[in-house]
Amino acid sequence: MRLPRRGASSPTPPAVVAASLVVAAVCVLPLAVVAVKAFEIGWSPAWHLLWRPRVGELLRNTAALVALTVTLTTAIGIGTAWLVERTSLPGAKFWRVLMVCPLAVPAFVNSYAWVTVRPDLQGLNGAVLVTTLSYFPFVFLPVAAVLRGLDQSLEDSARSLGLGPWRSFFRAVLPQLRPAALGGMLLVSLHLLSEFGVLAMLRFPTFTTAILEQFQVAFSNSAGSLLAVVLIALCLGLLTAELLLRGTTRHARLGRGAARRALPARLGRWTAPALLGMGVLTALALGVPLGSLVYWFRAGSGGLTESTFDPAQLVTTLWGTLRLALTAGVVTVVAAFPVAWLIARRRTWMSVLVERATYVASSLPGVVIALALVTLAVRYARPVYQTSVVLVAAYAILFIPRAMVTIRAAMAHAPGELTEAARALGDGPFRAFVRVLVPLTAPGALAGFAMVFIATSTELTATLLLAPTGTQTLATAFWSASESIDYAGAAPYAAALVLVSAPLTYLLLRRPDEEPAL
Amino acid sequence: MIVRRTALLALATTATLALTACGGGSSLEAGKNLDPTKLTIYSAQHQNLTEAWAKKFQEASGITVQIRYGSDSSMAAQIVQEGAKSPADVFLTENSPAMTTVQNAGLLAKVDDATISQVGADYAPSTHQWVGIAARSTVLVYNPSKISAAELPTSIMDLQDPKWKGRWGAAAGGADFQAIVSAILETQGQDKTAAWLKGLKDGAQIYQNNIAVMKAVNAGQVPVGIMYHYYWYRDQALTKAGSKNTKLLYFRHQDPGAFVSVSGGAVLKSSKQAAKAQKFLAFVTSKTGQTILATSDAKEYAVGKGVASDKALEPLATLDAPHVDPFTLNGPKVIELMTQAGIL
Repeated sequence: MRLPRRGASSPTPPAVVAASLVVAAVCVLPLAVVAVKAFEIGWSPAWHLLWRPRVGELLRNTAALVALTVTLTTAIGIGTAWLVERTSLPGAKFWRVLMVCPLAVPAFVNSYAWVTVRPDLQGLNGAVLVTTLSYFPFVFLPVAAVLRGLDQSLEDSARSLGLGPWRSFFRAVLPQLRPAALGGMLLVSLHLLSEFGVLAMLRFPTFTTAILEQFQVAFSNSAGSLLAVVLIALCLGLLTAELLLRGTTRHARLGRGAARRALPARLGRWTAPALLGMGVLTALALGVPLGSLVYWFRAGSGGLTESTFDPAQLVTTLWGTLRLALTAGVVTVVAAFPVAWLIARRRTWMSVLVERATYVASSLPGVVIALALVTLAVRYARPVYQTSVVLVAAYAILFIPRAMVTIRAAMAHAPGELTEAARALGDGPFRAFVRVLVPLTAPGALAGFAMVFIATSTELTATLLLAPTGTQTLATAFWSASESIDYAGAAPYAAALVLVSAPLTYLLLRRPDEEPAL
Repeated sequence: MIVRRTALLALATTATLALTACGGGSSLEAGKNLDPTKLTIYSAQHQNLTEAWAKKFQEASGITVQIRYGSDSSMAAQIVQEGAKSPADVFLTENSPAMTTVQNAGLLAKVDDATISQVGADYAPSTHQWVGIAARSTVLVYNPSKISAAELPTSIMDLQDPKWKGRWGAAAGGADFQAIVSAILETQGQDKTAAWLKGLKDGAQIYQNNIAVMKAVNAGQVPVGIMYHYYWYRDQALTKAGSKNTKLLYFRHQDPGAFVSVSGGAVLKSSKQAAKAQKFLAFVTSKTGQTILATSDAKEYAVGKGVASDKALEPLATLDAPHVDPFTLNGPKVIELMTQAGIL
């Protein structure tokens, strides 16, 4: 790997190196535990457990879901991004906002809404429908960002060489979207591997739902760990596939120059169908969840159905959730800081390895990380077992890349030279850190904090396993109400979840030029 | 710069707030850290019922009680993992296989004879290491507009027949269902159970839980479903929203489908307050304790001698349930069979 050289690079404080090593070790620990637990079974029984029809069924289900949903989200994501950014579609700005809004509706809330509209919705079709509508913004966002900044001249060259508008789109534009689209597709597929709520509600078993079921009937047994190992393998496979597909083609422009802004393609008589399509998509992705929430609110308050909803409980739960999310946000930002520092200041193979290590664990479903932490806590950390300490640790491990991405970006604006200047002017190392580095990286840290905060408040599977008895979060309270099919009682929690998630959408819209770090 | 300072200040403030909230053990987390001076109950039984018992017991005895809730299997496994250091004094379950798991790990003390003698003979295990505190009956819930009475199965074993393919619902993933499969294993043996489970895998619609099964039958998605009786009675007593189109069939004649599952109560061997724990079990199985159960909205069966269950229920004595020693019901074997059948 070729690493960019830095100019005057000040030596990294040993404390930073040590701290990042600790953070990386903590992130990798759960994986080691799952592997060890799976190996404890012994080869022959393990082989028996792996080579059974149920695993084949889960594999088929998972593969079918990923294949169909990724195809659909890619088509919809690229199609809508092109319409919004590169055509004469009326109200493009308005549509751009609407295409990102589904991110504010957690996928399991969306499935609850769809089950309200179509109680018979289930299986693969239902799962593909709901996950597609929930996840397509993951492709839309990065692709739209690329399309917006794309140099029109490449397309012009293609046209001047005699290609029609369609062929020049496919030959000149589409290849440039590849990294962005692949990034989005990877996000969608990793989310699908770890999705639990949607699939449990629509009765479509995958590895994640089966692992949770194993845990519920037999606590932290080895069969669950074995399934988790398969899931880890699937995750790593996807990460590698994305790396290979991404390839080494250069997509950057040579030289600085000025990109020519694209002229919007004229839709002409296609305007009406395009508007209709966007309208239908919005109605399905946003109208259905919001409509269902309104319906259940009215049904619940009008006494049409039995509801166990208790407003005081909602307040307690909301407060509990916000507190957990605050703590997790702060802990994660603090943990991400040394690693981001290390990778921004000293790009050696060691620092890259440390950084990657923090990514691997976070690409796994919450349930796998949680399973490992249960095992560790029961054996070696009994006092914190089933306390919020373990839960916060799980959140930090799961969401650390979100904080790191933004802190790294901020670090880039705070070159080492500035700290050195402060030192030269007589500041001690700590004073230089506080006076120079902290203020410059604060905005990045704050953005990272917000990302982790939102992710924590909507997390379901790790919370289900690790929450101290008696502690509810909005997500688990919603889940337990919807599990007893008390949809009216679930509605306030769903609405609170949407409200808590909404700031994320705002954040993403404000920073449209960056890939979402979801 | 000012903006950045403000942002930094905000971050620092939230950090301090969050960390103090975390470390300070605020009001929300009270009750979570178990107080070793109180009698500690690990309960997988319904929250309302456990609380009603605990409250009356506290009033009557002056012994203060704290409760931790969980589900049958995961709590049993938790106690086994905690071993001799478990903070639990008393363990309450919904079904017996989870209790057997803890007993087989050698963690249960013998229940006082006087307590055992307060419940009917069928509702305590032969080992006397725990005692029945309530009971629930397996039932077939059906939708008369989707199936005629003549077509109904006469045994739970009939449902493996290919003619039932896609026409019955079950919540196969839960602890409640494990207990029913345990009864089938105990009365029919391993081969027949494996065959039945294969029929379940091929033919049943699997739902998340008993309520989902009942509502699916009510909505006509499947004509029949297997569940426990009390969900239906509770729904009938409330809004009938999930059961108004359904009826219950009791299999009776000692069919495995007439299985009555016993909820258990036990004292942990490691308990440092064993005498108080025994007192609690004596209270729960006493006339007072069982009357609390019968008059609560739990709709479970009372198991105490001379205590009538809720009048709405089909009398327990007429259910003709199969006689099984609840101690013999086997959780791990059932999980293994269900795993082999491809259900788990």
